[in-house]
Amino acid sequence: MSNIPQELKYTKSHEWVRMEEDGTITVGITEHAQGLLGDMVFVELPEVDESYEAEQDCAVVESVKAASDIYCPVEGEVVAVNEELEDAPEQINVNAYHEGWIFRLKPNNPDDLDNLMSAEDYTALVEAEEH
Amino acid sequence: MTQTELKITPLFNAHQKMGAKLVDFGGWKMPIHYGSQIEEHHQVRRDAGMFDVCHMTIVDLRGCEVMAYLSRLLANDVAKISDKPGKALYSCMLNNDGGVIDDLIIYAMDSAWVRVIVNSATRVKDLAWMRSQLGTSAVDLTERDDLAMIAVQGPNARTLAAEALGDEIVGAKQLKPFNALLINQGAANERFVARTGYTGEDGYEIVCSNEQAEAVWNRLAASGVKPCGLGARDTLRLEAGMNLYGSDMDETQSPLESGLSWTVDFSNEQRHFIGREALEKQKTSGLKYKFVGLILNGKGVLRAHQKVIVANEGEGELTSGTFSPTMQKAIGFARIPMAAGEQCQVQIRNKLLDARIVKLPFVRQGKILVQITTIADK
Repeated sequence: MSNIPQELKYTKSHEWVRMEEDGTITVGITEHAQGLLGDMVFVELPEVDESYEAEQDCAVVESVKAASDIYCPVEGEVVAVNEELEDAPEQINVNAYHEGWIFRLKPNNPDDLDNLMSAEDYTALVEAEEH
Repeated sequence: MTQTELKITPLFNAHQKMGAKLVDFGGWKMPIHYGSQIEEHHQVRRDAGMFDVCHMTIVDLRGCEVMAYLSRLLANDVAKISDKPGKALYSCMLNNDGGVIDDLIIYAMDSAWVRVIVNSATRVKDLAWMRSQLGTSAVDLTERDDLAMIAVQGPNARTLAAEALGDEIVGAKQLKPFNALLINQGAANERFVARTGYTGEDGYEIVCSNEQAEAVWNRLAASGVKPCGLGARDTLRLEAGMNLYGSDMDETQSPLESGLSWTVDFSNEQRHFIGREALEKQKTSGLKYKFVGLILNGKGVLRAHQKVIVANEGEGELTSGTFSPTMQKAIGFARIPMAAGEQCQVQIRNKLLDARIVKLPFVRQGKILVQITTIADK
């Protein structure tokens, strides 16, 4: 079983979401997801200042094996992207929850965050997928 | 297909013990990697790695008319090797329209015995086709599913294999590239050792009984040969400019437009191999496409089926693509208009990205053979 931090929120498409003190959220892909994809070799980041809808594809991570879309967890505007991933996409493999963050978003409606999955729910999802 | 229906190789237990990530690979449960596909790739380029290739199909053809049979069955000319015991030959097996049924390697072990290794995904249709072409030939065709195959590849592969297997593969040291040897014929520890592979590195493909496969694998591991998955096998063969059946060519494609002209031997005009007539017609009417290597100038990853645009000449398509661990660039194979020059564009999602057209292979024996950067690159 891979590492699923309690303090984070999750999506069914394997993004993790961290609530920041300034009201923004940080988004990446889970350790489980990076394990499925394997060695990362390219990340296409979202545009800063661009607005995305919930579940809209906004970034792409590519491993040697495959390309995978990253979906925006909630509606909002991108305020920052992890440019270090452009030269070091493998940071997602090394530490998916910290150095491997992909973008930071200002949600249009903070209540939308209540719709995200808890660590428990996400754990159950991963376990179901593994069987 | 559910997991319980997947076939497993004699090395399945060894893979589990070594922490393999196992996936459905054409109906077989095979290791895709044992941790990191990229590290396994480098392991083979720099030292030695081994691959479970037991899923591949081994066929023995025996009989006094075996060379005549293959002379008609294959687009390459078996006469090149028929009087050279142990010598290997790569060839396409074509249909009557000149489409590629499969690509394969044959080893002419003696005048009445040729070992053929064909792909796993094409096994059923290959065997059916090969049997249907036997006619009244004095040739006996036997599938050898009692045999296992392990590929040991890399600059140190042969040295480490000799350390691991010792007198079991005695004589292999003298093998020249693209040659094979049978050792301990008829005994339980019979070994067929070929100096061939699918990585662009030196090494062996070792065939032994299913019963002894795990012991051979473990002894190679004990000598320092690292297990590598089929993921690394794919990036290695791409760098080495080696075609993959089903991606780079199939029954709808001509070998002449798949980078395989060098394997089609028209030189003996008396040799009426299957597909010859169709290919000669193609040559007369003019080939439309050529098969090339592409290197993406900037960042990104090339993948099969991406569209290739050649200014003023038309469009083509990537047949294979990946990120090259050796070159740290996206590379691929493409079928593009014959008149294309050195530049093209590849459509990746909603962007058109510049790529350079190069001659294959990209990498052989650890050395990069193409120029990686362009003046336009920073």
